[in-house]
Amino acid sequence: MKTQFLLSILPLSLASAMAFSQSIDVEVTNLTHGMHFTPVLVSAHDSNTHLFSAGETATAALQAMAEGGNTAPLIAASAATVVNTDNIAAGLLAPSASSPVTAIETGDNTHLSIVAMMLPTNDGFIGLDGWEIPTEAGTYTILLNSYDAGTEINDEIIDTVNGGAEDGIPAAPGMDAGTGASGVTDMETNQTVHIHRGNTGDTSLTAGISDVDSRIHRWLNPVAKVVVTVK
Amino acid sequence: MKYLNRKAGTLAIAIFSASLLSGCGGSSDNDNVSINDTMSYDITVINLTSNQPLSPLAVQLHSSEYSAWKIGDPASENLEILAEAGDNSSLLNAQSANVYSGVSGAGAIAPGVSDMLSIEANVNSDMKLTLISMLVNTNDAFIGKTGVDLSGLVVGETVKYSLPIYDSGTEANSELEGTIPGPADGGEGFNMARDDVDYVARHPGVVGMDQGYSESVLNSTHGFDSPAAVLKITRTE
Repeated sequence: MKTQFLLSILPLSLASAMAFSQSIDVEVTNLTHGMHFTPVLVSAHDSNTHLFSAGETATAALQAMAEGGNTAPLIAASAATVVNTDNIAAGLLAPSASSPVTAIETGDNTHLSIVAMMLPTNDGFIGLDGWEIPTEAGTYTILLNSYDAGTEINDEIIDTVNGGAEDGIPAAPGMDAGTGASGVTDMETNQTVHIHRGNTGDTSLTAGISDVDSRIHRWLNPVAKVVVTVK
Repeated sequence: MKYLNRKAGTLAIAIFSASLLSGCGGSSDNDNVSINDTMSYDITVINLTSNQPLSPLAVQLHSSEYSAWKIGDPASENLEILAEAGDNSSLLNAQSANVYSGVSGAGAIAPGVSDMLSIEANVNSDMKLTLISMLVNTNDAFIGKTGVDLSGLVVGETVKYSLPIYDSGTEANSELEGTIPGPADGGEGFNMARDDVDYVARHPGVVGMDQGYSESVLNSTHGFDSPAAVLKITRTE
């Protein structure tokens, strides 16, 4: 019995030695029926870091991601200790598709955040904000909601000319949206990061209030599933 | 209106070989291991929607080898029939060595109403549950769970799940007259043509005539959000 006892405490001592240098696998699944995600950024960081904060005004870096799918400013704004793993799906993550299972060495970082823009939206994104990475080995599933960055009016007009850098939706990758919309609204009533109210859409490909299709480009929360395996 | 009149029926597929295998597993700390132990569960579903009757429940007990759907994969034809017509007979009648038993609910479940049924299987381990039901005032929406692990549930214990809404991806969400089998339309149920994305995903919700889609036969009362139902599972034996 003594041997068994010694063996049983061995994994514990190993675990405590490795508590701040974890190897995790991350897989992100797009749960939606008709929305694409722009390149998915996975960020491992400390407990004080946030890529976004609900109820607060978006940073310019978050705005660039939410309006145009550009993750470079968020990465550039990161502290040196942050471990950023960008573009884990190697491009757009199509509706119902899953990213490859991506191995990440978190270093000293204890929390995980994930963002990607939802297309076609004006400034909608999927968000995981500062999820504490468990120290116990196992498989953990997290469901993500859709957020609105609060930085752009949800007019639902596709404007590929500006690439979404200013107003408008930069693209509808499913090539199933329309043109010629007059715009759903000219107001952004909540200008902080908040839960997205969803697209309105319409069923006209050439006119109407929205360029997106109400039968295709809507969603209900949650919009993404994240499976984290702590090794 | 086929979905309203499905008879309750039990498929008791005895998997004696599987029972024998688990009986020989050599788990010495488990005194309960014996051949033909019956595991019984009471299943309750409460319809939380505004105006979406649920088709008769399809409930299956099965091994971890079986899954009724997977996000991103095309729906099976049996799932398509259930999700488009509310008809669970093909799914429940399909023979599979990985499915221990299957039970249908007695009838459709109106909004605000619950249904209860019992299901059992003679298996000692690797006990998973699948439950599916169509939101009948849609083209091909369904609620459900697949692969719920009941292996650790002890007698008297209850687990509860909020059920999300899936889209079978087999029929476009046109909401047009003649395409929806429920009372909002009385239209067509199953049609083997696949004119949608052909993968299972979360449902985007319905639009309806009150949201500016004038051709839709649905109105604001047919809208829904997640969860559409609550599932309670109690082990009784």
